[in-house]
Amino acid sequence: MSRKLIRLHDLVMEFDGERILDNINLYINDHEFLTLLGPSGCGKTTTLRIIGGFLTPTSGDVLFDDKRINDVPAYERQINTVFQRYALFPHLDVYDNIAFGLRVSKLPKAEIDERVNEMLEVVSLKGYENRKISALSGGQQQRVAIARALVNRPKVLLLDEPLGALDLRLRKDMQNELKRIQQAMGITFIYVTHDQEEALAMSDTIVVMDKGRIQQIGRPEDIYNEPKNAFVADFIGESNILDGVMLADCQVKFFGRTFQCVDKGFAKNEPVDVVIRPEDIDIVAPDGGHLSGTVTSVTFKGLNYDIIVDFKGFKWLIQTTDFHPVGAHIGIRLTPEDIHVMPKSEYSGQFGDYSSYSAEYDELTEDAENEE
Amino acid sequence: MKRLNKIYTILIFLFLYAPMVVLIVASFNTGKDITHFEGFTLRQYGELFRDSKLLPLLMNSLKIALASSLIATVMGTAAAIGIYRMKPKMRAAILTVTNIPMTNPDIVTGVSLSLLFVFLGALFKINGVLSMWTLLIAHITFNLPYVILNVMPKLSQMDPSLEEAAMDLGCTPFQAFYKVTLHEIMPGVISGGIMAFTMSLDDFVISYFVYGPNFVTLPVEIYNYTKKPLQPKIYALFTLLFAVILLLMMLMNLFQARGEKKKQLSRSH
Amino acid sequence: MKNKSSQPPAKCLRNRKQRATTFLFTAPYIIWMCVFILIPLGVVFFYAMTDANTGLFTFANLSKVFSPAFMKIFGRSIWYSLLASAICLVIGYPVAYFIARQKPSVQRTLYLLVMLPMCMSFLLRTLAWVGLLQDTGIINRFLGLFGIGPLHLIRNTGAVILGMVYNYLPYMIMPLYTVIMKIDPLLIEAAEDLGCNSRRTFQKVIFPLSIPGIVSGVTMVFVPAVSTFYISQKLGSTSTTMIGDVIESQFKTAYNPNLGAALSLVLMVLIFVCVGIMNRFAGSDTEGQVVV
Repeated sequence: MSRKLIRLHDLVMEFDGERILDNINLYINDHEFLTLLGPSGCGKTTTLRIIGGFLTPTSGDVLFDDKRINDVPAYERQINTVFQRYALFPHLDVYDNIAFGLRVSKLPKAEIDERVNEMLEVVSLKGYENRKISALSGGQQQRVAIARALVNRPKVLLLDEPLGALDLRLRKDMQNELKRIQQAMGITFIYVTHDQEEALAMSDTIVVMDKGRIQQIGRPEDIYNEPKNAFVADFIGESNILDGVMLADCQVKFFGRTFQCVDKGFAKNEPVDVVIRPEDIDIVAPDGGHLSGTVTSVTFKGLNYDIIVDFKGFKWLIQTTDFHPVGAHIGIRLTPEDIHVMPKSEYSGQFGDYSSYSAEYDELTEDAENEE
Repeated sequence: MKRLNKIYTILIFLFLYAPMVVLIVASFNTGKDITHFEGFTLRQYGELFRDSKLLPLLMNSLKIALASSLIATVMGTAAAIGIYRMKPKMRAAILTVTNIPMTNPDIVTGVSLSLLFVFLGALFKINGVLSMWTLLIAHITFNLPYVILNVMPKLSQMDPSLEEAAMDLGCTPFQAFYKVTLHEIMPGVISGGIMAFTMSLDDFVISYFVYGPNFVTLPVEIYNYTKKPLQPKIYALFTLLFAVILLLMMLMNLFQARGEKKKQLSRSH
Repeated sequence: MKNKSSQPPAKCLRNRKQRATTFLFTAPYIIWMCVFILIPLGVVFFYAMTDANTGLFTFANLSKVFSPAFMKIFGRSIWYSLLASAICLVIGYPVAYFIARQKPSVQRTLYLLVMLPMCMSFLLRTLAWVGLLQDTGIINRFLGLFGIGPLHLIRNTGAVILGMVYNYLPYMIMPLYTVIMKIDPLLIEAAEDLGCNSRRTFQKVIFPLSIPGIVSGVTMVFVPAVSTFYISQKLGSTSTTMIGDVIESQFKTAYNPNLGAALSLVLMVLIFVCVGIMNRFAGSDTEGQVVV
């Protein structure tokens, strides 16, 4: 598990004078499911295309098994790709699409047949051999694309937002399916997405990117629980982010009050960002908690209510299973584990304020992402 | 309103086809006057096939059309692929030049080529520079834009990751081209080629300025004919060509209809 | 998206080797077009600016072109072809609209029927009009049955313009049809939903959307019409001579290629200006629509 299969060393990509990748350093272990996560334009797809051999970095090295492969063309790399819109060959049927790579490398016919059939079974498309690509549903096309890549037994599979074109239900099914295939085949997956839920559900390691830089690398739990800066905290899940001051180890002051926390290692009186996840907040009677405020908006979300609570002009998002009407006066209680302290960064002050919150906000950003 | 439009459309089609009907009827006429139908005969067809002049001219036309459209298709397709991959500025410059023969009137294209050939002929002291070769060059020149303008849209419609997918699966760039790209742009290549062929077969204006006395095409000869009293066997030839083209178009129509039906079927799966 | 431009497009994986192949693919074409399109235009310019006998530089050819006699012919050619374009537009639009509103199989058949005349010899088809229009022609015979005529239908301006309209009408219908067909029927429904009656829907939605087709159709009729040299020979008289006829005669009968080149040069510039104005008229987004 710990063998470093791919290493990106000081990778820089410039295009028309614009810096798209800014000193990317990353290693990817063998058999790992690694996700590059970030908003559109963050450089995740560019990184993937450099690994695939479709782009040559401006500077820096790509190492595969400790050999520099910058100048190895895509067709000589032991890496295969599942493209964003599948890029299945429309003039070939399912079988011929899957057999494409094997035929190019001139394998004997019997072996091709055996491996294609094996792959058809893996992606549960037996019986679809002679179907035209245009006669397949989105999910089926997706599976052909995966089979077409995997049949070549690559060491690494690159997936560029492969589920983006599928509807929500199918996307969830395919997430499980992909994870299952990855474990069954025992190969490295490098997965690109802007969907944080998808990343959390599938990955061994998540690399959060923004503005061409890596913001954080870590296991899903670590990324969620210990975001390194305001960008990561906001991009992965919902967060209330507040200005605070670290008084001492395990003591942070914000909203004019001192709270116990579990974070250490900051300088005395260092200004920090404080993250409080909306689902961690306990609602209590108005005078029984640390803070009290007024509910200004309630949205029913199925599993819970999203309520916006005004604390002295600063609005928080709180997720609760109990209904609190607009105008209700409530109190909240925070335990030390609910509070996460991050050092100040360039993103401080940009995220985590729900003053202009509206329920449509999420959908709007999601649409914008899909336009990419 | 809809009915009115239908009647109107039929009238316009009558307008478009009336002269051709006149010519077809004239081909079966025993008399020589196009305006006066005296009696039915197939004599003109017999004379046409015995004619030792018209049929070779038709062959000349076919030869030039086939050769020029083939060369233009190969050269134009390659060029379209190259142009498509160029930087936008360069691409715009080349497409502007490509458009010149399309927006320039044929007569100017014909005149300019003829002057070039005469000029070069004088320069290199070649007697009778106007020949089959000048005709072929001229036809290739005006065919090329048709091919490029048919292939370019197919290239930009193509998913650019298809070629990458092929290379990802082990194709060299060249293999990726002929296994994938060529398939994708084939409809454009074919329609460009057919368009070039018909344009070349029917061209009169440009050919008229660059043909040589030893190699004449049918439209040019018809022009020379129409200056004298017309021989009725020309009508017979017209009728036969009409029948051939009508047949070709019907076949094309049938072909397309079948292709579309197939598409619909596969979608309904 | 704000960062859209920062994604390098798929096409920019260009190393030196690929650039070399691109060049290799395009080079024959570029050379061909230079030799047989650009240089010939230079040769036309050269001939226009030199004397037929001495081969020396002269403005004599050009000044001859700008003499009243030739200018009158230029003016006539432009006037006739503008008229023909306008008539083609007026009578072609309903046809294009009708075809575009049929079901696909009928559309295809009708479209081929519009195209078919273009594949047939335009010389013979024009000649057939002589048979139809002349004093003893088919139309006059027919009218004679009712005691009308014979009407004088040929060797006049009307006949020349009829010949142009007849020959170039398909060039108008085809781009119009292509554009009208692509108009989303939902747009029309939306216009109706917003309270437009069918006339206002046409005015406010269909017509504005078909402007690119109109521009391209008018161009496709105007350019060949203004330079035609056969139609007026057969259907017109000496008072309907067009500039194409003059150019033809300079090369084929009068043997003055230098004057012919000067005429061609002026014609080319004139058309360039006309097409430019037309494109400007319709906005720059119709660029490239000129050709179909």
